[in-house]
Amino acid sequence: MSKYRILNTRAPRVDAVDKATGKALYTDDLKRPTMLTGAILHSPVAHARILNIDTSRAERLPGVKAVVTNREAGTTPYGVSPARYDETIFCHDKVRYVGDEIAAVAAVDLDTALEAVSLIKVDFEELPTILDGRAAMDEGQPQLHEIYKNNICAEVHWHFGDIEEGRQDSFLVRTDRLTSKMQDAAFMEPQSVLAETDSHGNLTAWSSTQAPHYVQRTLAMALGLPLHKVRVIKPAVGGGFGPKASCSTAELATCLLALKTGQPVKLTFDREQVFLHSRARHQFFHTMTTGVKRDGRLTFLEHRCILDGGAYASFGIAAIYYTGSLLGGPYRLKNMKYDGYRVVTNKPACGAQRGHGAVIARALFEVQLDRIAEELGMDPIELRLKNVMEAGETTCNELFVSSFGMREALQAVRDSTAWKKKRSLGGKTRSDGKGIGAACGFFVSGAGYPIYRSRTYHCTVITKVDEVGGGVTVSSGAADIGQGSDTVLAMITAEELGLSLDDVRVVSGDSSLSVDLGAYSSRTTLMTGHACREAALDAKRQILESIAGTLGVPPETLDLRDGQLVSLAGEIDFSELRKEYLQEHKGFTDLPDGPQLTFREASRIAFLERGAIVGTGKYRPPPLGGSFKGAAVGTSPAFGCSAQIAEVSVDLETGQITVEHITGAHDCGFAINVTQVEGQMQGSMMMGMGEALMEQIIYDKKGRIVNANLAEYKIPTALDMPHLDAIIVESNEPHGPYGAKEVGEGAIMPVIPSILNAIYDATGVRIDELPVTPERLVEAMQAKRDKRS
Amino acid sequence: MKKIISLTVNGVTSDLAVEPRRTLLELLRDDLGLTGTKKGCGIGDCGACTVLLDGVATFSCLTLAIQADGCSVETVEGLAKDGKLNRLQQAFVNQGAIQCGFCTPGMLMMATELLRRNPQPSELDIRREISGNLCRCTGYQKIVEAIQVASEETP
Repeated sequence: MSKYRILNTRAPRVDAVDKATGKALYTDDLKRPTMLTGAILHSPVAHARILNIDTSRAERLPGVKAVVTNREAGTTPYGVSPARYDETIFCHDKVRYVGDEIAAVAAVDLDTALEAVSLIKVDFEELPTILDGRAAMDEGQPQLHEIYKNNICAEVHWHFGDIEEGRQDSFLVRTDRLTSKMQDAAFMEPQSVLAETDSHGNLTAWSSTQAPHYVQRTLAMALGLPLHKVRVIKPAVGGGFGPKASCSTAELATCLLALKTGQPVKLTFDREQVFLHSRARHQFFHTMTTGVKRDGRLTFLEHRCILDGGAYASFGIAAIYYTGSLLGGPYRLKNMKYDGYRVVTNKPACGAQRGHGAVIARALFEVQLDRIAEELGMDPIELRLKNVMEAGETTCNELFVSSFGMREALQAVRDSTAWKKKRSLGGKTRSDGKGIGAACGFFVSGAGYPIYRSRTYHCTVITKVDEVGGGVTVSSGAADIGQGSDTVLAMITAEELGLSLDDVRVVSGDSSLSVDLGAYSSRTTLMTGHACREAALDAKRQILESIAGTLGVPPETLDLRDGQLVSLAGEIDFSELRKEYLQEHKGFTDLPDGPQLTFREASRIAFLERGAIVGTGKYRPPPLGGSFKGAAVGTSPAFGCSAQIAEVSVDLETGQITVEHITGAHDCGFAINVTQVEGQMQGSMMMGMGEALMEQIIYDKKGRIVNANLAEYKIPTALDMPHLDAIIVESNEPHGPYGAKEVGEGAIMPVIPSILNAIYDATGVRIDELPVTPERLVEAMQAKRDKRS
Repeated sequence: MKKIISLTVNGVTSDLAVEPRRTLLELLRDDLGLTGTKKGCGIGDCGACTVLLDGVATFSCLTLAIQADGCSVETVEGLAKDGKLNRLQQAFVNQGAIQCGFCTPGMLMMATELLRRNPQPSELDIRREISGNLCRCTGYQKIVEAIQVASEETP
């Protein structure tokens, strides 16, 4: 039996009823008196010098309240990483992609705002474009930014151990390549922002963001406002998956319009704008050379990658480091070399997306392991088991894994019926088009450092006990974007204070409540969970100390359990305290009785003794990482890991691929909410499967997206998705609250390679370009047949 | 030029003055304040705006308000009765079928239509029915399970 009452259960989400009844409010559901509607003018061309912007006709249109361009917005550079602030609120010198933001309008309604946008005349001097990330660094290519020579936004050159030594130790060495496409996060809720000012110079922005804290900082910096005058509130958010983790022009422009007009302004992207703004998955061009000994032990990895990041840096600096660093695990690998180039091209900027930077690298590496296993005549899972790290080990790039259920996860999928069946075939390709593949993954459980250099706590939590007694309010800046962090905070608080979930209110996602860096890098359960637990225990201590003082007993003899204050040292006479409580509540019904003092009474009496009872908690990771350049990225207090098998069926004539079943096992340390852990795993399987088989942003020769909608940009539907089995592995992470660590992103890591390996198992051909469309597969199968004949 | 239409929304009939080009989605969200129905794409690709129009699941973003003249519209706000979730809503809550919740209203309306027409759907029936309703959070697994649970409880 679990030692917990609330944790490790399938408690329904605290926001589920509101979401099931339509009561939950998302940003676009909000209205304010005298609210105006905003709209943005996007560049129609991929690369051009701006010669002139004429807004006069737009300004004269009746119903238009403000038109803003770089003249009003200024040109303060901003971005995600302070070392690469390369954006301004609006373009001033050049436009760099189709969709780049040039101007914004506030008007009485959307029709008027859009008409005004169409009346803004921009004179461009078109420039040659560079759209191919592989060619961007070549001599003589068009240059996007003066600060990025040869269009290189960032480069990383790492060498851990000695790959030449590793090469010499190798029995087998192979080189493979994999290319992906830019992906769209395709969250269901388009970005929306509502901004308002007050008479004291305060600016409030409601935004569908993953990171109110970073939005607050960026708004203040780019708009030239004091930080304490900017408040960012995150209402319900309809998914983020990464792109909503950075401050966008939508937020900046809307706030600027609200400041300029003195009226509330709301701006909501349409679906095409979501695609244009992007900030989603990069395009990756990977080459890896990997060596093994005769027994399958890894000797070295030499890895080169070009990341096509579109027009601006966004999260690209973190991405390029993650691309290299997260191959340090989950296998013992002493020698690793990485050369990464993050280039800019005239396409929408790429940023972070679930599995940040590391997804395609992981896919290729896991494909390589399968190819190596085949050449060695080994079972691919056995090859992996031979190499997996154990808890307490450190990777060659100095990532310490304090808990690690990698072996258990691999064994869990190996022992499934499907894998046993495959093994019974002796690794031979079948002729019926059916295949099975396995892969592993490795991911951070919260970035070790903030995006800007600071000693800041990564989060604080304030838990206030109701003065009237009975409930508590947990205040946190953490961003529940659908992953369920509010529920995690409520469960932790209820567990520690012995309350029911209904007596815990969570208010969150507001920069004025507490510091919290936001929902990214799979950090919230571990980090905010720690702070939340500390705050609850602090509040509990104050209540118990107060009551203990009144009763004249040691506080450690008291506890809060099941809504009651209980004595651990024999029976205590609570009658005086009850009498006082009852005296205060003459005329009330539903008054406490029974032998124990209720939490309602105890918390009220504690208030009467001490005043407001407020518990506080905070969390900041210890100093992490090595001393080499870029060592901070990839560090984390803990690492999640996962294994997965995918079963596919391929129509050998048409190349049509059906994923028939996915079984994943993920080590989340400890499942605070079992249902939610499964939900993250299953959602990851869907996003990875889409990237493996169908999702790709397609550009025409002028850099325009030709499929900027959810019909032609295909994401998996309920009919595409197979049955998904999620196996939870619990390794009890020493640095996580209750042993918990991440699941939100790590679970996507094995998805793509397990499908790619299954397709190979089914067809005998390898596709080195994602997505694996039927066309690519048919061509490859035909080429193989031609070669044979 | 506004046109007067008569519309029954979640059982309440009203006369409403609407612009001919106004969509049913805009009418529900902006004029009637029923923001439970969501706009995910505006062009009929995602299904977030699904409502029942005379009992038939319909994309409200592709339906003009005046087309609904004389019709009965059911939205997510009409599912719970007397403050109590119906069994489909309860199953979504209990099974963890809701994450970000943005697809949930449309999903619930689509599933409502399915269960009325086919009270004991197979898994494939369910997947086929909701295949026009995109969800990016759940992988659909728990949504399918929730609809199955609700259908098993169908009296």
